[in-house]
Amino acid sequence: MIKSSKRIIRALTILILSYLALSFIPILADTTNISSDTLVTGPNADTTTILGEDSLAAIVQQDITPPTGKEKTSVVRWDRLNALIFMLIFSIVILIYTRWARSGKSLFIRKINGLDEIEEAVGRATEMGKPVLYVPGLQELDEIETIAGVSILGRVARITARYGTPLMVPVRYPLVLAAGQEVVEQAYLEEGNPDGYNRDMVRYVAGEQFAFTATVNGIMMRERPATNIYMGAFFAESLLLAETGNAAGSIQIAGTAQPEQLPFFVAACDYTLMGEEIYAASAYLSREPLLLGGLKGQDWMKILLVALILIGIILVSLGIGGWYLHLFTSV
Amino acid sequence: MKNTVPTIIAFLSGLVMIFTFFVNPESGALGNLEPEILSWVTIVGGFTLLLGVVSIIRVNYDSVKRRQEGWGYKLATLISIFAMAIPAVLPISWTSAFGTGPNTIYDWLFNYLDAPMMSTMFAMLAFYIASAAFRAFRARNVEATLLLVTAVLVMLWRIPMGEIALRYIHHSLPDLINTYIMSGANMAVQRGIIIGAALGAAAMSLRIMLGIERTYMGK
Repeated sequence: MIKSSKRIIRALTILILSYLALSFIPILADTTNISSDTLVTGPNADTTTILGEDSLAAIVQQDITPPTGKEKTSVVRWDRLNALIFMLIFSIVILIYTRWARSGKSLFIRKINGLDEIEEAVGRATEMGKPVLYVPGLQELDEIETIAGVSILGRVARITARYGTPLMVPVRYPLVLAAGQEVVEQAYLEEGNPDGYNRDMVRYVAGEQFAFTATVNGIMMRERPATNIYMGAFFAESLLLAETGNAAGSIQIAGTAQPEQLPFFVAACDYTLMGEEIYAASAYLSREPLLLGGLKGQDWMKILLVALILIGIILVSLGIGGWYLHLFTSV
Repeated sequence: MKNTVPTIIAFLSGLVMIFTFFVNPESGALGNLEPEILSWVTIVGGFTLLLGVVSIIRVNYDSVKRRQEGWGYKLATLISIFAMAIPAVLPISWTSAFGTGPNTIYDWLFNYLDAPMMSTMFAMLAFYIASAAFRAFRARNVEATLLLVTAVLVMLWRIPMGEIALRYIHHSLPDLINTYIMSGANMAVQRGIIIGAALGAAAMSLRIMLGIERTYMGK
């Protein structure tokens, strides 16, 4: 265990040093040799953050000089090199921990009350003979928050399938409808209750944000679900949904990565999953070692980021952190 | 097969998106790969819209047929769907009231029914905020009292009269609230959540790409 930890720390140190070293390449290129490769970075590139003052002067010069038509455009976006290096470090750390988890090592995951309470909340609905309402957010399936919401829906559907509790899943997009139906059907099959599945459990209600909200609020007031679960991306409708559910007397569990909506959910719901917890839910609920390994890797990356932020604070406070800030602002 | 093919598609799609992020579009190295793939997403989404329409009609029609509680609302939904859709898809050559352009039936319904109803729903948020704030800001314990005091200060700072009142207490009090509460504690917590969420999203994307996470397929 100690040996593995030392190995991981050593690997991380090497990766961080390589990151710092490699991140200097674009800076050196900017300040010493202004080539067209560095200057042509696309119309949306923020030149003030990519290049230094000398480089800006060079841009002005370039604007005056008419193009010769011989300028070469770089294939790789070197201004995004730091993002590439960070992505590689992140991927390696996740893979190391996934492999570690696969070898059978036990991993500690902190308690997440909101997820622990899901089974209790569904149990309450079963006892009351009322349905469970699940809203997988208001974004399309190409958003990772929606995918997280659909993943958690699968776990919730397993519990409702086991207890025979009615489940209602209103969705805003047809693609989410298709994915949701697939996930719920699979959950009912795996729990040995295929007859309990009805494809109208997951239903498309409206494409407009507030039309969707009005419909879901109507469902809450008419059907009075005992449990409301909101998992995914929510916007201005978050409080409209959560307050109506509160007024209807439902137990409410919410989770979103939208920081602006979290206070509303905290105020109106019984349990709230904040930010990253929504992405950890599938691993936490399934307890699959491979998924838990990914969470552990994520924690290491957070430690790395905190360390980098602390280094930045110290360097900037000492007045020598300009070059360091440059490493993280050139994306 | 049912698991492998979606996993391969997810992996390849993710890989292409990563490549396009790091490749300069002006170089033409990847051609029109990224817009092409995004067009495929739109096309697939267009096909699934039919699923959505079928779902909404079936659910509402069943409720109306069985005279379930609230069937009148469902009938209104069905009528609204057809009232919006049929004039929009009929050819403009028949009459200028068809289609989706200005002064058509669709346009009239959108401007004078749909838009005001959306605005009404959004406007109701103010009342919901008031009721949620009333419940959240009760001084039940030390933390709740702290929240109450902070909220009162921020609310006063955000309105002109409140700012005058705060300046009356101390001339730099609004600036202190801005510096220490909004740009300090509030910003720090928000950034902490955003960093955590971004890492979580990236880790989940990686797990999906590598086929470790297949819960979105019901596995």
